[in-house]
Amino acid sequence: MPKTLLDVDGLTVRFEVKRGSGWGKKSYLYAVDDISFEVKQGETLSIVGESGSGKTTAALAVARLVPAHSGTVMLDDGNVLEKQGEDLRQTRQKVQFIFQDPYSSLNPRKRADSIVREPLDNLSEKSEDEKTTIVAELFEAVGLRPEQMKLFPHQFSGGQRQRIGIARALATQPELIICDEPVSALDVAVQAQILNLLRKLQREYNLTYLFISHDLGVVQHMSDAIAVMYMGKIVEHADRISLFTSPRHPYTQALLSAVPTVDRTQRAKQKRILIPGDPPDPINLPKGCRFANRCPIAEAQCSQTEPELKDVGQGHKVACHLV
Amino acid sequence: MAPLLEVENLRIELTTRDGIAPVIDDLSFTLNAGETLSFVGESGCGKSMTALALMGLLPDKIGRVASGKIIFNNEDLTQASDARLREIRGNDISMIFQEPMTSLNPVFTIGEQIAEVLRAHQGLSRAAAWAKAVELLDAVRIPNPKGRASDYPFQMSGGQRQRAMIAMALACEPKILIADEPTTALDVTVQAQIFDLLTDLRRQTSAAIILITHDMGAVAEMAERMIVMYAGRKAEFGPVDQIITHPRHPYTKGLISCVPHIVSDMTEERPDLIEVPGIVPSLKDFGQDRCLFASRCAYVTDKCQASRPSKKLFSNGQIADCWHAEDL
Ligand SMILES: Nc1ncnc2c1ncn2[C@@H]1O[C@H](COP(=O)(O)OP(=O)(O)OP(=O)(O)O)[C@@H](O)[C@H]1O
Ligand SMILES: Nc1ncnc2c1ncn2[C@@H]1O[C@H](COP(=O)(O)OP(=O)(O)OP(=O)(O)O)[C@@H](O)[C@H]1O
Ligand code: SF4
Ligand SMILES: [Mg+2]
Ligand SMILES: [Mg+2]
Repeated sequence: MPKTLLDVDGLTVRFEVKRGSGWGKKSYLYAVDDISFEVKQGETLSIVGESGSGKTTAALAVARLVPAHSGTVMLDDGNVLEKQGEDLRQTRQKVQFIFQDPYSSLNPRKRADSIVREPLDNLSEKSEDEKTTIVAELFEAVGLRPEQMKLFPHQFSGGQRQRIGIARALATQPELIICDEPVSALDVAVQAQILNLLRKLQREYNLTYLFISHDLGVVQHMSDAIAVMYMGKIVEHADRISLFTSPRHPYTQALLSAVPTVDRTQRAKQKRILIPGDPPDPINLPKGCRFANRCPIAEAQCSQTEPELKDVGQGHKVACHLV
Repeated sequence: MAPLLEVENLRIELTTRDGIAPVIDDLSFTLNAGETLSFVGESGCGKSMTALALMGLLPDKIGRVASGKIIFNNEDLTQASDARLREIRGNDISMIFQEPMTSLNPVFTIGEQIAEVLRAHQGLSRAAAWAKAVELLDAVRIPNPKGRASDYPFQMSGGQRQRAMIAMALACEPKILIADEPTTALDVTVQAQIFDLLTDLRRQTSAAIILITHDMGAVAEMAERMIVMYAGRKAEFGPVDQIITHPRHPYTKGLISCVPHIVSDMTEERPDLIEVPGIVPSLKDFGQDRCLFASRCAYVTDKCQASRPSKKLFSNGQIADCWHAEDL
């Protein structure tokens, strides 16, 4: 049984929002609201959910790229949220980020090799020679050619740029890599190349991924476990097979039923569950379950009390009164 | 019954810094009333350019129809005047774009914009046009359409804007609706609603739909026939079910198998995805007398490098432009 690498407990991130006029009290948008999850070493946890559900914010908070309001983020044995100074620098080496947009996430004025090298310059004490060797190895590991080191980002294709982003993320030998929509901007053929690369690197370096994607086919392929978010909450959390073959939360069921598929058997048995309407105003959340106004099976209690995320067997967790 | 639209040997050329290139290179297809035809292929293969050609909206100055015909109702649109094309766009063929904000005007309310189309093309009075606009918003399932008609585009969510744009495209009761990646920016649950909407509308009005997409799953769900485009050329054409079950062009096969699909018989085993190496050639390399897919193809032989593949027609209606289509 692999050990738990990342253990997030009660993580909350809120943003102050200005709304209306005058001297009214401050309002907060709880983008991530008291979420807890674990990721085992060498495994991939995916976060899915609709736009604005808080996926990116949760990931940024884990990496200390936005401040958390409360909660703990245990990595190995320390709380990431409490690290300061040299400790924090150590932690930053262990947690790296791969972004969605290979076009804007790389500095256009830097050559590929210095982009990959930058985290080493900032976060490590390695000698120049060591760094040069590491960069060369990384280029090879992600499938770029040595002569491409001196090129600028605009001289690469989208997929190659994403490879540079991956090499950069690997530079400090991190334990945890957060991939936020790493293939969404890429064409399907290039997407396959990058997904295969991510899995190969995971096997080779025993990497742990926190993976965000809106493509459920990709998620199904990449993940060991999946957390489904809705309006800042985790509503379901289960291993890959359980989540895809027996989703329990009505939102997850609707989500999976909406995915178009080429598999005829799947299409025949898939009954589309519509969830009309819009999610509630995140600044003015309703009482009770946040999904209640769109939920096809909601009952009176759903708009009264908020359901808690509870284990319904074999670690499959669901936050719904009716499960 | 004659098809609604017939495209014959269409060649569209773009003038760029690197010279003149055929962005659409000898494309022929037909579209029947009430059917959905899907265009798929990677970025840069000419899907949007095909749509723009049908709409008479090729990029100004640099794009032109070099040869071929677009026959709609016995009229060749490639010969039509700008005024006539505008008329057709208003009444017969309309388009939904990928990013609704580019085609909605931010300073007018949604209701005003739809009413304007109705007034221009159906000569309705102001009041009648507004009432019809509200009706259309209701038809695309915008909640509280009476109230929402007075919203500005920025006051709506992405999915609502896309639905408002569909309402606008439908205002003139088009015979052909071209949807260019209509759901790419939307959540799957919203996408499902939009697809349902398109399906209903097609059933009710027997309009034909041209659906441009990257997503093979969307094609399988929405379309009867499909065209796979590669580097400005038609790689494969035919009935969707047949093509997905047994693609006859290596590119189609690659597009289907490189994507991790949600399948009914999910297993613990997750083998690597089948890669299609390389990327789409750039526009300046279009138009050569060889198979443009050759550098990425697992079936390539000398013949493929030497001349452009001819059409291979199969008895089930599938057509693949590949020298080795029968070997697949
Ligand atoms: N810096 C910020 N200030 C204020 N609100 C923010 C900020 N960043 C995010 N939000 C809000 O927090 C919520 C969650 O946003 P987040 O970007 O985490 O969503 P997401 O799930 O990643 O969505 P997407 O799929 O669109 O990327 C949204 O309502 C968003 O508008
Ligand atoms: N205005 C333009 N000027 C020059 N080249 C253009 C222009 N518009 C498109 N192209 C080129 O024409 C080719 C086909 O473009 P098109 O937009 O039809 O692709 P597409 O298949 O719709 O791709 P996507 O999936 O990215 O939308 C591409 O190589 C593109 O770079
Ligand atoms: S013609 Fe040759 S190179 Fe082109 S797709 Fe067919 S086998 Fe491949
Ligand atoms: Mg995000
Ligand atoms: Mg396009």
